[in-house]
Amino acid sequence: MMVAFSFTALAAIFAALAAAPFFLGTYGIGFLLGLVGYVTLASAWALFSGPTRYVSLATVAFFGIGAYTVAVLYETLPSWLVLVVAALIGLVVALLVGLSTLRLAGVYFVIFTFGLAELIRQLVTWYEVNITGTLGRYLFVDYGPEVVYWKLLALCAVTLAIGYFIKRSRWGLALKMIGDDEVVAEHCGLPTARVKLALFAASSVIITLVGAIQAPRWTYIEPTIVFNPTISFLTLIMALLGGAGRLWGPVVGAVPLFLLFEWLSANFPDHYSIILGLLFIAIVFVLPNGVLGFFEDHWNRLRARRSAGSNEPSQDKEVG
Amino acid sequence: MITTFRRLSLTVLAGTAALALAAMPGSAQDHPDKVKIGYAVSKTGANAGGAAMTTIPNYKLWLSDLEAKGGLEMPDGTKIPVELIEYDDRSSAEEVVRAVERLAGQDEAHFILPPWGTGFNLAVAPLFDRYGYPQLAVSAVTDKAPDFVKRWPKSFWFLGGGHDYTNALATLLADQVKEGVINSKVAMISVADGFGIDLVTAARPSFKEAGLDVVMDQTYPVGTQDFTTILNEAKASGADTFVAFSYPPGTFALTQQAQVNSFNPKVLYLGVGVGFPPYGANLGEKAEGIMTLGGIDPANESNKAYRERHNEVNGQYPDLWGSVITYASLQMLEEAIKRVGLDREAVSKELSTGTFETVLGETSLQDNQLRDLWLVGQWQNGTLAGVAPADRKGASKVKLPKQPW
Repeated sequence: MMVAFSFTALAAIFAALAAAPFFLGTYGIGFLLGLVGYVTLASAWALFSGPTRYVSLATVAFFGIGAYTVAVLYETLPSWLVLVVAALIGLVVALLVGLSTLRLAGVYFVIFTFGLAELIRQLVTWYEVNITGTLGRYLFVDYGPEVVYWKLLALCAVTLAIGYFIKRSRWGLALKMIGDDEVVAEHCGLPTARVKLALFAASSVIITLVGAIQAPRWTYIEPTIVFNPTISFLTLIMALLGGAGRLWGPVVGAVPLFLLFEWLSANFPDHYSIILGLLFIAIVFVLPNGVLGFFEDHWNRLRARRSAGSNEPSQDKEVG
Repeated sequence: MITTFRRLSLTVLAGTAALALAAMPGSAQDHPDKVKIGYAVSKTGANAGGAAMTTIPNYKLWLSDLEAKGGLEMPDGTKIPVELIEYDDRSSAEEVVRAVERLAGQDEAHFILPPWGTGFNLAVAPLFDRYGYPQLAVSAVTDKAPDFVKRWPKSFWFLGGGHDYTNALATLLADQVKEGVINSKVAMISVADGFGIDLVTAARPSFKEAGLDVVMDQTYPVGTQDFTTILNEAKASGADTFVAFSYPPGTFALTQQAQVNSFNPKVLYLGVGVGFPPYGANLGEKAEGIMTLGGIDPANESNKAYRERHNEVNGQYPDLWGSVITYASLQMLEEAIKRVGLDREAVSKELSTGTFETVLGETSLQDNQLRDLWLVGQWQNGTLAGVAPADRKGASKVKLPKQPW
């Protein structure tokens, strides 16, 4: 009953979002587009990083790959095929990277993924400098922002659906175990490397597609534009704010942060960076488990107090 | 302690929610008694340095000039005060696009000034076009300007393309070879960034056509600080001409290391940064003879006055390439509004066809592009004098060879 109701409500929300461009001006569409883009990025990021607790800064590497693929191929292939090719390239890179690095743990993985974004940027730059002899590529499309928005919205729905089904499958359990203690998981006979690899690949392909879908917004594609490390950091902080271990965590984090960024840059263009920095610190210190985790903890404590300590809160702690 | 933290976090949350609500699109009211001028430019991030040199100070100067005059003058002589709306695009392409959407759709700005950089000007060009705003793209060097004008008829391009600069340099060098001042060998390096690559790609055919012999052609990564090997190689190449399509940190490092290594080519041509006023001020006598893109007519009085006012308002002198052109483009916009009013269609037409008196002198556009440009400048008597095209009014005569350090 509850589940059916949630699904109906969700479907209604997505339908409303899909219809929004008919009622909004270009600014409204652009705003929603950016919002849905970050919700998708954060959700895709959390798909892998949430349960496994591998903090990845490679978001922009895949995002940029997607954008570049479109810039190179958009004139020669139909747009749906370009997306397929972008997804395939993202998949291959993710598999290569995953195979070689997912055995790394902790800070080594963070550093590697950060380096990966830079590596790919330099490779693209090298190729453009030495082979094509031009650094910027022009990307002219004949559709408006609403088409970009609809594509992103569809991708967003798919991402959340994937997250939902993983949570409810044996995969979800396996991931949770890996996140809690990888050694134990390994000893229980879980193919940890394979599970992580598959998830990393899924997450990376989605991120690649976000880049590919959004690229036509910029007309001009250049490595410094599409491999902007800020994208990785914003994605990360949004997922962390909401709570990366929960299905709706990244959404809960991305929406208010995106609104806040928009408001800050409109009203405090000179102090944006300072406020942003303080906010990051605040999130890490005050909400290490994310907003959802924070509320859940409070809720549980409240319940525990009400039942006079007769029951232990059943909810176990999740990652942040 | 923990409760304080918790309370604090609740406050943060409540604050976030309140901010979120405040960020909801509000109603934009039209003030007929004010002209809204908006811009989104990189105040932070990777592009902030360039924007703070060429773009923002000139916007500020123009707006302060307008304020002193009492506003923008309309065809009937009334003056309407200007309301400024500015956003920071944080050097992100998505941000600059959305900021311009906000300016056009939400703030309903009467006019929008362009962002800094080739890439960002292109990113917003379709929007300016869709909303019918004239786009006076100054800080964009592109050979494709004629194509862009066809695609976006209200776009205006003020800084020429890579080929303009390299052809002018090649012509100048070929003349010097003919006069026997230098040999025909050229050592050339370029930064692996948009600017360096565009120019070096243009330079190769330009030099070849001019009969110059490129004996060294190297690209170096962004952020390179040690140029010793490159300079030694250039020295050993026997070329009299050293050309570096470099960007600011690299330009300064090259200048310094050329002195340390006693590298004394007869022609020393460096990229962006040579036209920054501190460059000449710091080098003093040693700057004499160094060449670069851009320059000014040292005898142009209105330019001199402009430079002084720029210093008064911003506390720094403008750079000697894009700044004065940025300001001139704003003067053109102001004058066009004075002639035809706030109708953007009419203003675009006037910009495209009219002739204007600006700090550059008499200025008009050809096919929506400013073609009267200083393509090669050389430090002479403490200023960056325009030396090419040599037949342009006010051109200084190039002085070569450059004296040793």
